[in-house]
Amino acid sequence: MMAILPAEEMKAKIEAGVPGASVTVHQNGSPSAQHSLLVDPEHGRAVAEFLRNDAELKMDFCSNVTGVDWLDTETTEKVKVKKTVGGPDGTETEQEVEEVRKTKTPGYLEAVYHLFSMEKKHGPIILRMRTANRSAQAHLPSLTPVWRGAEFQEREAFDLYGIVFDGHPDLRRILMWDGFVDYPMRKDYVPPADDVVVVEVNP
Amino acid sequence: MTSLAELDAIAGPGEIMEVSMGPHHPSTHGVFRMDVRLEGERVVRLKPVFGYLHRNHEKIAENGAYLSAIPYTDRLDYLCSMTNNWAYCSAVEKLAGLQVPERAEYIRVIVSELTRFQNHAGLVGFLLQDMGASGTPLMYAFREREKVLDLFESLTGSRMMCNYMRFGGLRVDCSAAWLDEVRQLVTRLPRFIDEFENLLRANEILMARTQGVGVLPRELAISAGITGPMLRASGVNYDIRKVDQYGIYDRFEFRVPLGDHGDVYDRYMMRLLEMRETVKILEQALRDIPEGPIMDPKVRLRGLRPKVGEAYGRIESPKGELGFFLISDGTTSPYRYRVRPPTMINLTVLEDMCLNHNVADVVIILGSVDIVLGEIDR
Repeated sequence: MMAILPAEEMKAKIEAGVPGASVTVHQNGSPSAQHSLLVDPEHGRAVAEFLRNDAELKMDFCSNVTGVDWLDTETTEKVKVKKTVGGPDGTETEQEVEEVRKTKTPGYLEAVYHLFSMEKKHGPIILRMRTANRSAQAHLPSLTPVWRGAEFQEREAFDLYGIVFDGHPDLRRILMWDGFVDYPMRKDYVPPADDVVVVEVNP
Repeated sequence: MTSLAELDAIAGPGEIMEVSMGPHHPSTHGVFRMDVRLEGERVVRLKPVFGYLHRNHEKIAENGAYLSAIPYTDRLDYLCSMTNNWAYCSAVEKLAGLQVPERAEYIRVIVSELTRFQNHAGLVGFLLQDMGASGTPLMYAFREREKVLDLFESLTGSRMMCNYMRFGGLRVDCSAAWLDEVRQLVTRLPRFIDEFENLLRANEILMARTQGVGVLPRELAISAGITGPMLRASGVNYDIRKVDQYGIYDRFEFRVPLGDHGDVYDRYMMRLLEMRETVKILEQALRDIPEGPIMDPKVRLRGLRPKVGEAYGRIESPKGELGFFLISDGTTSPYRYRVRPPTMINLTVLEDMCLNHNVADVVIILGSVDIVLGEIDR
């Protein structure tokens, strides 16, 4: 396996090839040093087509497709704030008070694609796309029209993570049954207790 | 996807029959179901249905330590536990930057090639069984497979759930006597392959039923992410042992067999030819294996905490590209653990291969894909 281009150069190449696409290099701190490219979902399909068709890259083989769940995170910090406090005798004094501020960063679902080239025998290029949030806007463009190999794997990410791939030819549950409602691979999934019998009426 | 109304338009209303093949059909090699629409004997639509053996392997592994996932990987493709171990260990080794001692690399190659041999022997046996050659070919194949499993048992204590490899090396070393037993077996293997090939290769019924059946064109195979012998039967020269040269595969001389037509016959022959190459690799590995440690003593097996990051490790398993994608958040269990199952992705083109063939051919085409449900459903 050989890396084709350093991640920064790859980013520049894609941004030159696909006008309007914004690509961020996602650094990987582990010894594997497999850096990936975070692509904005709007241009996801165009970037994929560019990677497949570019004469130098020829990424004709989409090997691995998967979802990753990143939960909402909450960071707390203590901030000193000046407040006017009314005394018992009616006078107002300014005091420094410590306040705990919570900042919420919304979580997101991520689809990760590992691309290789069978013709040039190089790779991987790792693409990532992120949804806006984990509930209503969990939509990403499907790359199945570009690589058939993503068909079952995108269905699996839809089934287990709830990422809706727009443009997928046959987006149904694949491992869980059709009437199932939750997404079992999500980090906040709570399995039903063993003694609860779930009776399902035809969905 | 063709709708029912469209199918009715092809054949006239009421002439399409829906047959559910599986999950208990013997030809499905487990609990796999095909939703088949037929016009007479002709297949007009086929949708694979998975999930009967789904136990959310990935979630179980994400809840445990890195070490505790190894015995679980045995149960993915339960015929090839050694290669599953290797694929997972190679991903962890990439993630944590671990090195494997020389002797361990050799033993990994030996056990993995033995695995490839017994998998292919089993597959051709089952394929012929599916074709109606009841009993004999399968028993011939299983006689040989049995010898390999005996070797695995004496090395690891288990015939199929070997749980043998560790990131950074191996669980136990093999003895000189064990290596001699492998050498003896390897000298006998070419005779078995000759015998098996002569038995049926030019058989008229076999050729009539397999040649030109289930053709997979080269371009479709590449786009659909097909890997392993099935891809090479369609004429694409892509073997990860050659492309990535993972482990010590750059030290061995072997060829990658390629097919011309991409039909069931080519896929059948591909297994026989690969068995011969496997014997070559085994001979070289058994000749060159050095003495030495089998485990890097600095590796902490229990409580391994890789740095925050991710890694994708892949190997050429007997069925295709088996990959593991791991994300570490710095704790003792993986934040994300993903298996790239080769056989599930190889089934993407099942419908394309079966369309316009007879129902009886569906069984053979499925048999030539080489599926194991433990891996597909996870």
